Amino acid sequence: MSGKKPCTPPNGDGISNGTRRDFLKKSSVLTAVVLTPGAVVKAAENQWDDKIADFFEKIPVSLEVNGIKHALSVEPRVTLLDVLREQLDLTGTKKGCDRGQCGACTVHVDGVRINSCLSLALTNDGKKITTIEGLVKGDVLHPMQEAFIKHDGFQCGYCTSGQIMSAVALLKEGHADSETEIREFMSGNICRCGAYPNIVNAIQDVKQGGLS
Amino acid sequence: MNQFQYLRPLETAVAIKSLNKDPNTHFLAGGTNLIDMMKMGLVTPHKLVDINRLPLKSIAKINTGLHIGALASNSELAEHSDVKANYPLLSLAINAGASPQLRNMATVGGNLMQRTRCPYFFDTTMPCNKRLPGSGCAAIAGYNRMHALFGASDQCIAVNPSDMNVAMVALDATVHVSGPKGVRAIKFADFHRLPGDHPELDNTLQKDELITSVDLPASAIPFNKHVYYLKIRDRTSYAFALVSAATALHIENNTIVGARLAMGGVAHKPWRLTAAEAFLKGKPVTEDTFKQAAQIAMQGAKAYEYNKFKLKLGANAIVQSLKIASGLVSA
Repeated sequence: MSGKKPCTPPNGDGISNGTRRDFLKKSSVLTAVVLTPGAVVKAAENQWDDKIADFFEKIPVSLEVNGIKHALSVEPRVTLLDVLREQLDLTGTKKGCDRGQCGACTVHVDGVRINSCLSLALTNDGKKITTIEGLVKGDVLHPMQEAFIKHDGFQCGYCTSGQIMSAVALLKEGHADSETEIREFMSGNICRCGAYPNIVNAIQDVKQGGLS
Repeated sequence: MNQFQYLRPLETAVAIKSLNKDPNTHFLAGGTNLIDMMKMGLVTPHKLVDINRLPLKSIAKINTGLHIGALASNSELAEHSDVKANYPLLSLAINAGASPQLRNMATVGGNLMQRTRCPYFFDTTMPCNKRLPGSGCAAIAGYNRMHALFGASDQCIAVNPSDMNVAMVALDATVHVSGPKGVRAIKFADFHRLPGDHPELDNTLQKDELITSVDLPASAIPFNKHVYYLKIRDRTSYAFALVSAATALHIENNTIVGARLAMGGVAHKPWRLTAAEAFLKGKPVTEDTFKQAAQIAMQGAKAYEYNKFKLKLGANAIVQSLKIASGLVSA
């Protein structure tokens, strides 16, 4: 086993890392679909954006992640989460449910929190992404990270990076005026350990300026 | 997830043209429903047309009310100052749905297009007429706790999962769509359809059309002072509705000048309660009035083995939503 995993979901149909020939063998039903370079030419004639990708071709995508610009090459079906973890080795962002239900994959895109498991990397072409690794300034933790430590806002820690990314966005969104409101607007981040009361305390502490 | 061809047009006309009537081509907007379904193998597109760069994001006042671009995010809409001031029911309904992250991604057009959350629709090992027409409905004799009370057929008893749609139908929104034959406007109440013999069709949008905007009329603004969206679910937040009740009342001198009522979680489409609205007009603001309205609203409801509790829950939700909206009780 090499150390580097493929950048496609492991539960795929197994053809994602195959050769063009492998793919064609398995896709006779698709032969009627335009796959030739002619399709690309036609796209250009129709003023389509330059982003047109066939089934198995990796195409270029530009992402600025935590202030660093990356020129990458991805298959159309690869999610932002998988690019962050598998291509950029930013494994702080976690894959929990991979279906937008748990919030472990929460990152900021142009300052807005989203579930990176439900967003294609190509959709984010040209965007600025912030992950948990991007909150640190040198060796200095973000106040929200400090607060989670101070208030013991986690046990196993698997949901924590998503919780912190959500919490940082929440304060910007202005929905942290009461415990009820914090709980409602943190509801997209599930914690199986049940660290919720301490997470709420951490957020309230940062909001009140206790750690900033 | 299957492999697919990816296009990212910059113009609406080009996006529509790229559909090319291929039933296996899909528009991708927020992706919160589509990418999920692709991961589950429910949808296996040949081609995805990523419409996120189309100029359909604006939310702006117009002569007739409010224009909402189809690509405005759910959170942009819920937090918009004009929406909060003039159509607060819409903000309440949107914020009752999904999670903040999902609302940041999900678009208005995509919210209209989201598929049912019937567990048999999502389980590819089970029959489902919506997923595979003619295969049967596993929910009718199955665990149908989340299912419809109104307008179901012997082929499908699934419900529309949206909260936003419930407010939109109550506020008399209009859906604007664009296709090869030009543009057309669809009343929100006519956009989604009942399952009938074609449960695979959730709505009346044609295969080669794109939703471009959802507009709210100025005539709904007088209903902006007494509103509530009561959503009842299995946990406090971040769950689909068992039932929900949207209320917007125009009250003067303790008399109901007009009422807008709709329910979610009870039908294949957002369920406007027109008979109850007509009953409430001219009536005084009393609990007794509201109980009678709820009784009228629930007429014709048909429950299945596991969702009988929704009959009482639905009636009580309407009463409570009316009481909170009118100020008889606080939320």
